[in-house]
Amino acid sequence: MSKTMNDSALAGLPSRILLDEVVPARAPWDHLVRSGETLRILDLEGNQAVDFLLYSADDDTERYSAQDTIAAQGNIFLRTGTVLMSNEGRPMAAISATTIAYHDTIGGACSCESNTLRYGHHTKSQHACVENFLISNARHDRGKRDIVSNINWFMNVPVEADGTLGIVDGISAPGLYVDLKMLMDVTAVISNCPQINNPCNGFNPTAVRVVIAAEPSEGR
Amino acid sequence: MGASRTADPAGARAHARAMAGTRTEAMPTVPATKAEDLPQGVDPEAMLWEETIGTGGHAAKELTRGARMRLIDLRGDACVSMLVFNAERPAERLNVADTVKVQWNAYLKAGRLLLSDMGRVLMSLLHDDAASHDPFCGPSNRRTPGAGPNWSARPNARERLLLGAAKFGLGRKDVHPCINWFKGVRVAEDGTISVQTGPSGPGRELVLRAEMNILVVLANCPHVLDRREDYVATPVRISAWRGPVTTLDDPIRNATPESVRAFLNVEEYFRR
Repeated sequence: MSKTMNDSALAGLPSRILLDEVVPARAPWDHLVRSGETLRILDLEGNQAVDFLLYSADDDTERYSAQDTIAAQGNIFLRTGTVLMSNEGRPMAAISATTIAYHDTIGGACSCESNTLRYGHHTKSQHACVENFLISNARHDRGKRDIVSNINWFMNVPVEADGTLGIVDGISAPGLYVDLKMLMDVTAVISNCPQINNPCNGFNPTAVRVVIAAEPSEGR
Repeated sequence: MGASRTADPAGARAHARAMAGTRTEAMPTVPATKAEDLPQGVDPEAMLWEETIGTGGHAAKELTRGARMRLIDLRGDACVSMLVFNAERPAERLNVADTVKVQWNAYLKAGRLLLSDMGRVLMSLLHDDAASHDPFCGPSNRRTPGAGPNWSARPNARERLLLGAAKFGLGRKDVHPCINWFKGVRVAEDGTISVQTGPSGPGRELVLRAEMNILVVLANCPHVLDRREDYVATPVRISAWRGPVTTLDDPIRNATPESVRAFLNVEEYFRR
């Protein structure tokens, strides 16, 4: 993947590119992102759900909280301007830009176990986001207790008037992205969702691109 | 100054013992077989727990599979935040995202299930005349306007839940996303949420059934989005009693394909 400044996928980012990687379809990924840096996640082929958690780098018992984020903004959808809150009510990151109308944080991560409920026991052996979160977290001495309600970038979960909700066809497209400006030092954890039983990945999991960028004046 | 009544151990002992029999609203009934508010049709010998949780209070209890747990919003303005764990292996706990996703609905009411992160049913909701609950907003925390630390008169719900969980050896990582009972949230098409902060009529009642051996942790603090200046969380009465394990012909078990499989996973877990 090109790292040159004429790469249009980098448009609008601070000029110093610290990392530019492709996360393969179905894979976990995690990385330290410092306060002030921007993490861009690009949906390369369209409608690829990216399950996402944040842990404070200083104290990982402080982590992303979907509930605190929803309560703080009074809305279940994540849009430009949304501040991602921690379980201690502190701002962790802000969505500084996104080219899609909204993202999900109520649908949670797929797991082998919940797949058995949603689709049947024949799906238990399929790879799932909770497996990816466990793999990533195990690298940092974290485990199952550290998995909480997550963000699903590029995933569409509407709620109807009577409360009916579901993961429906996506509203993303190739090249759409979300930029997160970090407000504290964090470990960002991704599961590039391997789900094939609902439309969150268009029934075809694909790669995504992650870029970490900083202003020339900023540290590391 | 007169001689203190508690200047020596005997005096202090007499002073302490003289308190016996004191009644206050926020306290447990021990033994529970002497319950003051015995649920209709329940044998006193089957009672496991009776406790009133006051404003800002918290409590935690292990309940065995089949137990019923009733919550009564005595004065119509309680907000009960709840954590649920598999008591045998607490890394398994309530998953609010799976609870709404698997059941294809955001609003908890009678007949709905509380699902664990292992694809099993922790509790089912047998009776609910509030139908106004919140799986989205979570507990208040130290930074919530008007909420303080555990040692203040206005404790925040998150730190209350932490205390309750800590008494069973659990810690900060275990304060998972919670459900708030009695303060409902509704979601508009654009995602905006509105909270039904009440007050409601007194005496709203829920009855839950434990489908596994569980640990419940409860905190009764104002809803995180309750912007009333006063710290409002009126007392809630908790009662629990022994009951039969859910049978294969149970209507809640068999209500949907997803519920059948969730109960099958529970039944498989207990095949030992």
